[in-house]
Amino acid sequence: MNRFTKSLLGAAFAGAAMVGSFSIAHAEGTIKIAFIDPLSGPFASTGNQGLSHYKFAAEELVNSKGGVLDGQKFEIVAFDNKISAKESLIQLKVAIDQGIRFIAQGNSSGVANAITDAVKKHNRRNPDQQVIFLNYSAVDPALTNDKCNFWHFRFDANADIKMDALTDVMAANEDIKKVYLIGQDYSFGKAVAAAAVKFLKAKRPDVEIVGNELHPIGKVKDFTPYARKIIASGADAMITGNWGSDMVGLGKAVIEAGFDNPIYTYYAASDGITKTFGEAGEGKLKLVMEGQLNPPVSDRAAAYTAKFEKQYPDYDIGQPRIANVIEMLAKAINKAGTATDMAKVAYALEGMEHDSIWGTKVVMRASDHQAIQDVHILAHTAKDVTFDFDNSGYGLRAESTVKMASADSATTCKMKRP
Amino acid sequence: MSLFIVNILDGLVTGLLLFMLCSGLTLIFSMMGVLNFAHASFYMLGAYFGYQISTYVGFWPGLILAPIIVGFIGAAVERYGLRRVHKFGHVPELIFTFGLALLIEEVVQYFWGKSQMAFEAPGVLKFAAFSIAGNAFPAYKVFMIFIAMGVFLVLLYILTKTRIGMIIQAALSYPETVQNLGHNVPMIFMGVFGVGTAMAAIAGVIAGPVLGTFPGMAVLLGSIVFVTIVIGGLGSLWGALVASLLIGWLQTFAAAYNLRMADLLVAIGLTEPVDVAQSMLSDLWTLTLPQVGPILPYLLMIIVLVIRPNGLLGKRET
Repeated sequence: MNRFTKSLLGAAFAGAAMVGSFSIAHAEGTIKIAFIDPLSGPFASTGNQGLSHYKFAAEELVNSKGGVLDGQKFEIVAFDNKISAKESLIQLKVAIDQGIRFIAQGNSSGVANAITDAVKKHNRRNPDQQVIFLNYSAVDPALTNDKCNFWHFRFDANADIKMDALTDVMAANEDIKKVYLIGQDYSFGKAVAAAAVKFLKAKRPDVEIVGNELHPIGKVKDFTPYARKIIASGADAMITGNWGSDMVGLGKAVIEAGFDNPIYTYYAASDGITKTFGEAGEGKLKLVMEGQLNPPVSDRAAAYTAKFEKQYPDYDIGQPRIANVIEMLAKAINKAGTATDMAKVAYALEGMEHDSIWGTKVVMRASDHQAIQDVHILAHTAKDVTFDFDNSGYGLRAESTVKMASADSATTCKMKRP
Repeated sequence: MSLFIVNILDGLVTGLLLFMLCSGLTLIFSMMGVLNFAHASFYMLGAYFGYQISTYVGFWPGLILAPIIVGFIGAAVERYGLRRVHKFGHVPELIFTFGLALLIEEVVQYFWGKSQMAFEAPGVLKFAAFSIAGNAFPAYKVFMIFIAMGVFLVLLYILTKTRIGMIIQAALSYPETVQNLGHNVPMIFMGVFGVGTAMAAIAGVIAGPVLGTFPGMAVLLGSIVFVTIVIGGLGSLWGALVASLLIGWLQTFAAAYNLRMADLLVAIGLTEPVDVAQSMLSDLWTLTLPQVGPILPYLLMIIVLVIRPNGLLGKRET
């Protein structure tokens, strides 16, 4: 059944489902995790994909194994923030008022910045009702540097760590002599470009940066002229932090114009992107990311992914780290022996070493609450892909791995502990 | 130089694509005196229908069927929507088409979701027709040029050489007289609206695989379409062609050359500050041509309106 007919069916059932959802009573004695991310609007598919993984991980990794402490279960409670920082703060307040003490959010660093400030303020004013912020995706380096605080934990590799790992791999490739940087004209696009320039200069001074430009975000109708420039510059590789339709537009235009070299990206997978690239991206499109689905690292990881795909055929494990969030939180609660004293849980999470289902060790660095883990360069391909994305036959296969990327990177964080 | 030629061709593709949208819009305007805000939405519908049909029977039937379906939807919108609203004047008509644009966007998101569709160019056209200095020119784009040219020539022929075209042109200026002569003018209006939206749909089907098929595609092109017909002169087919090509090349060349504002400012005798980042006008000094590219068509519109308020080739008062 394709998406179109499914939508028709969905339309018929939506009404019934909405009535139903209000009548489900919240189970007593559960540990609630508030999931605050976009569930409507242009980024809804990313938000819903994350939510489905959270629900699945909570059930599969914790609840089916008897829960935490004396059998308490995890419950994911969804809040739609429409990717607006203002709306997020309202939802955060609602969640706290409902007695929820764990806040998970990831899409958009702007939202994460707002939440981390609000959480810090709230915890200072309400010492007996503190909350912990589990940031699973927002990669702005500032969150674990200048803006770090004790209640914020980041499970994704931040933008600098990703660039560090990416440039490690690029530096080892002698074929790369000329690099073209292109990104969206806003803070994240600029941060990616700045990090690329910094690391390339340090690791491979002989590499020439033949282009470094920003294009208007979400306004470019046709990327062909940009593609022509990139080809004309003679670049051996390009790096972009683009996402959404800007990623697809740029990638397709560049490939169509005859670019035959690697395109290093941050976000060119899942949410329809993998399917749209299909054959054209084979051998060219690369992603820098934590978490490896292909080849599966273990039987356990394979079984976990297969079960998820079966339960949510429309979604992918696009953010594997969510499994780490759930497992590490469960561990921390067990170690602290409480799910109500947040300072104890936070101390248990701080510095935790965890063997991830994705085969890497994850260390929640105590100095800045940044997770240190293996970062992979993944290739968009149809060969040897056990778990594809978008049901397209194409998926991501690990090509190279940087072990415990940026483990000794410096941080400007001055953590104030309670 | 070789890059220049490639950009000329790319700009031609963009311009002709824009023309296919503008020709329908400008015809509808000259006939009914109403600006159809939903025009770009019909372009989007064309792309989505083309995609949906292509998943069942392939690209080519989609190229034929999708415009026909959209054309009928367009005709129905005119017959049962616009014609009723028309009684109440132009403002309700504008608001009606504006609402329609929002409605179509929501409907598209409802059925197809928010992410990009995997709309692919047909396999037979998936090769590089030729390449200039390493820059490949896809066969699909050559095909786009021919389709757009074909549409333009057919339209021109119908409007100027056939009896139907004569009646349409007469109905443009003297609808009452044409009606008195026994022609069904409301029917002609409906037909023109249907054909106009069908042309937008053709543009959608052929642009979908190249520019992406996603819910934002109508908004992305919507405003530029209006700018184009205003520059060309409302109601003028040739004006629409000239303006579309002009904007196609303007946008392509603006994005293709990294001219820096700093060079321009130095050329007119200013000295670049030592530390640009700290300078008060740092935004101005670091500006590049690709960054200002998207506003150039609007700038052009203002200049044209100041010099020739009727547009480049427009005859009537707007």
